[in-house]
This record gives sequence, structure tokens and C-alpha cells, in this order.
Amino acid sequence: MSSIKPRVKVPKEVSIDEIVEIKTLIRHPMHSGRMKDADGQTIPRQIINSFSAKFNGKEVFQMNLEPSISTNPYIVFQYKAKESGKFDFEWIDDTGEIYSISKEMIVS
Amino acid sequence: MNLKKLRKISRRNALLLIAGFTGTAILPSISFAQANQALDRINEITKGLGAIESDIWLDLPEIAENGNQVQVSFDIDSPLTESDYIKTVYILADGNPSPNVAKFSFTPEMGSCSATTRMRLSKTQNVYLLAENNNGQFLMTNAKVKVTIGGCGG
Repeated sequence: MSSIKPRVKVPKEVSIDEIVEIKTLIRHPMHSGRMKDADGQTIPRQIINSFSAKFNGKEVFQMNLEPSISTNPYIVFQYKAKESGKFDFEWIDDTGEIYSISKEMIVS
Repeated sequence: MNLKKLRKISRRNALLLIAGFTGTAILPSISFAQANQALDRINEITKGLGAIESDIWLDLPEIAENGNQVQVSFDIDSPLTESDYIKTVYILADGNPSPNVAKFSFTPEMGSCSATTRMRLSKTQNVYLLAENNNGQFLMTNAKVKVTIGGCGG
């Protein structure tokens, strides 16, 4: 499952107090536990149940995902730029697997 | 005069009348309890306090051709200061196998209380947004989405 690569779009350079939009996408089947495979067997539930964004180590946004969230979860949120720093994004799977990515942002 | 009029209602009619009244009184509460798991969930989250219907920008397509990928966006007006900000936002659906869709936790640093994601809808239904601010007050809004092809599988 380590082949799962999240994609995040964060502006590289922004001016102070600018509200930036952060777009995230991760490839994941999000098996809700209700779908059946070609043989009629129920595919067990396996979803990403949590997403979080930290800025310079402080959690600024967190989301709990339920089986009603679509395949390849797409999450967009906004952040007010105050200082330069690093975003750490983290997705947690039902199996406990963690997918993460970091992005730098320069505020001038 | 009044007495004469009253006597005109026979015992059978009186019984029918009573049955009719109680029937209309009970029926709405039954259909309400069956139909709305999302409202039940709102009751549970707010611990029975209920939420104020509010003017929140909740963007959903009126008609979703594919229930597998329905984009939902919201934007809530809030001062976003340490003393007054939206803490949690719940997205709930009343026609899916489970009412819970997503729970967002916000912080005052975010600059705006908005987010976008994509959800599955199994059939035509109402989608609810419930927001809680840091003082424990609840706001809500809802939108109806017509779904052409359901998106929950099985």
C-alpha cells in the first residue's frame, strides 16, 4: 500500500495575511464495506478515516472521514498565511497505515 | 339550541371523530421518526438542544447524475478569533446507510471556515450541515440533492 501517493497543492510564495487555498487528493479505493466484488463477495471496509494538516508542528485542520466519502478523497480547505513554514499532511487508513507529505510555504 | 346540536352527533360518529383526531396527531411523528436519521443524529450531537436554522453557504448540485462523486462545499461566516470561532462542522445525509459523512475540526488560524470534499449519495435525499462554535452553540442548514444513479454499491 506504500504505492499510494498523496498530492497536495500549496502556493509556494504568498503575501502576509493572504488566505490561501490548499487542495489535497489521495488515491484510495475507500471500500465502504457495502460493495461487492465480481464474485459477489463483500469487500471488507477499508477507508481513510482521518486527515490532518499541521503548520510548523501545530494542528490547524482535521477531518474525520466516514464510508460516505468518495473514492480518492479530495479535500480543500483554506489557511491564513502569517509566517513562513512547513505544512505536514497526514492521512490515516483503517489498517493504521499513515500516508504523509510535507510542503514548504514562504510568506513575505 | 346547543344541546340539540350536540345530541345530533351519534355515539358511532363520536368514536370515529376521536379516532380521526388521534390518527392525524400520531401519524406525522411516526413518519418523522422513520425518515430522518440525520435529524436524529443532530439531536444526538446537540444533546437535545437542537440547532438554529442559519444562513450558511452550502453548495451542492441540485441534480447529481452520479451519486459516487458529489461535490459539497460550505462557507460559514465567523469572526474566527480565539473567543469566537466555528469549532466543528458535521456533514450528515438522511438517505445513506449511515447518516455520518464527515466531521471537520477547525481552528481560528484558518482565515475562513470553509472546505470542499466529495461524497457518495445512495439516493435522492437531504444533506445537512451542522456547525458548532466554541461556545457550544449549534447552527444548521440543509439542501436537497436529486440523485440519478446511486453511489453506495451493493
